[in-house]
Amino acid sequence: MPEENKEKTGNGKSGLLGQLKEDLDALKTDLPAKAKEQVEILSKPTKTQVYTSIFRHKHDDTPRNRALGVLSNVFLHLHPAKINRDAVRYSYTWGMGGITFYLFFVLTLTGVLLMFYYHPSKVQAFRDVLYLEHDVPYGKLLRNMHRWAAHLMVIAVELHMFRVFLTGSYKKPREFNWTVGVILLVLTLLLSFTGYLLPDDQLGFWAVTVGTNMARATPLLGHEGPFGSQLGMTPYNDVRFGLLGGSIVDANALLRSYIWHCIGIPIIASVFMIVHFWRVRKDGGISGPAAVVLDSEVKEAKK
Amino acid sequence: MDWNQLWQILSAPDNVPIIAMIPLLAFYIYLAWKQAHANDKLIDELAANPALAKTHHRKTWPFKPGWQKEVHVWPFLLRVEFLAAIIVTIILMVWSITLNAPLEEPANPNLTMNPAKAPWYFLGLQEMLVYFDPWIAGVVMPTLIIIGLMVIPYIDTNPLGGGYYTWKQRKFAISTFLFGFVILWVSMIFIGTFIRGPGWQWFWPGQTWDHNRLIYEVNRDLPDLFGITSNLWKGIFGAIVVGGYFVVGGLLVNGMFRRTNPKDYKRMSLLQYSIMMTFFLIMVALPIKMLIRLLFHIKYVWITPWFNV
Repeated sequence: MPEENKEKTGNGKSGLLGQLKEDLDALKTDLPAKAKEQVEILSKPTKTQVYTSIFRHKHDDTPRNRALGVLSNVFLHLHPAKINRDAVRYSYTWGMGGITFYLFFVLTLTGVLLMFYYHPSKVQAFRDVLYLEHDVPYGKLLRNMHRWAAHLMVIAVELHMFRVFLTGSYKKPREFNWTVGVILLVLTLLLSFTGYLLPDDQLGFWAVTVGTNMARATPLLGHEGPFGSQLGMTPYNDVRFGLLGGSIVDANALLRSYIWHCIGIPIIASVFMIVHFWRVRKDGGISGPAAVVLDSEVKEAKK
Repeated sequence: MDWNQLWQILSAPDNVPIIAMIPLLAFYIYLAWKQAHANDKLIDELAANPALAKTHHRKTWPFKPGWQKEVHVWPFLLRVEFLAAIIVTIILMVWSITLNAPLEEPANPNLTMNPAKAPWYFLGLQEMLVYFDPWIAGVVMPTLIIIGLMVIPYIDTNPLGGGYYTWKQRKFAISTFLFGFVILWVSMIFIGTFIRGPGWQWFWPGQTWDHNRLIYEVNRDLPDLFGITSNLWKGIFGAIVVGGYFVVGGLLVNGMFRRTNPKDYKRMSLLQYSIMMTFFLIMVALPIKMLIRLLFHIKYVWITPWFNV
């Protein structure tokens, strides 16, 4: 046994060195070979595992890849792979729906940035706007962009509705999506209106005072509305009180309009937007430009 | 002519969107009209020539046999969207650099702004306050506008004109919508923004805003003109007048509608027809009430202890 042991340890010692030598020799030949291989792989980045795991299809200019480029992308898959050749014409859609969505995106982005500099409290709100305009780098530009994008969005929404009406795009099978669109129009106006108070200046204060004073006159639910006082409505429990969180436009109103503006309505509007876009696809994509139908071709439903 | 006053109104930063909206609206009405006109011409041609109608591709844009009817979204649509996004961004950037968002003095409940105006898109409603009590102008009318818009697809039974611009196939629908949107909504926003001054009084463009101007308007109520003094009879009289408007107006519109749109009249169910009539008559009541106020100085038509119309 000792003999064996001795032989083994002896062998072991020389073996360890031998193995090390062998490994080094192998590295001398393997390293250049592997390095060469690596360079070859990296010279074609689109073949790497990382790349192919992110982009799941090739990018050669083939019809299949053009379609997959849209279908396999989560942001683009709202679109079909192919559309009516005339539907891309600007003169038909005016692009107003898309522009509205883009403006919503711009408003979300600038709005989030504005939130970093704003406290919805009577003490600080107005000062925050002054600070934003005079001390924050690009603060003035940020606020201007947010305000003008909001106005543009109202215009774009109204023109979008106008176009959809004029092209009869609300007709069967798109009736429901039109009503969703009307809700989105109202939400757009409410988003803009709730933002009006936030600078806490005279303009916003009086605009919101005028606007919410109308709520006093709500039939049944306002203290100055028809049958309001008969139902026990006072300035302290009617619908206006609920909107403002008080009987006058004050700190609670500022907080409420801030939360509706930044959280409440954007979430509700996003949900309706999801439905709106989904239904555009499910109702057969964009409505036209369709082939004209003649009066003589209409088949009357039998009663 | 007070040019300074005019410039002050036109250059108020929050009024700029409305100044932008008017040429935009005019341009898009023109664009829609141009395409509707071309489509109507094509429809007439095809109706006169059934043989052509069978082979024609039925659009005003060129199409040749062999052309693909569909194009790939990438790149043909996405490049348009990308361009649109860039153009909108540029417009927004230039606008934001050149024009500052308004910021007035800090909010002060003790110092009333005169005129105190709502945001521009609600000025149509604020303008209605001149002619109606707040519960109608501020609550009932907006609600009816929203519901009225929502029911449009369910009461418009005309199967023609889906997916293309046309005028001749949808005269009633398009003229009604243009009346509601352009004449009532947009022009009342215009009046609210550019015409109304201190005390919500009417100042022509270029007229100096006189904060001390008083107008002695003697507004009467319709029952007074007929010498009705008792509250009970005022209520009954008003109910008869308002009810009478809906009956007579309804008969008039009915007579017009079934003659000019016989097919739609036949297609519509009783419910569809009565909903359309109700909304149509309420919409028309708005300018009528404005007219009797402006021409005859009549404030209320229907007076009750609980509400006035």
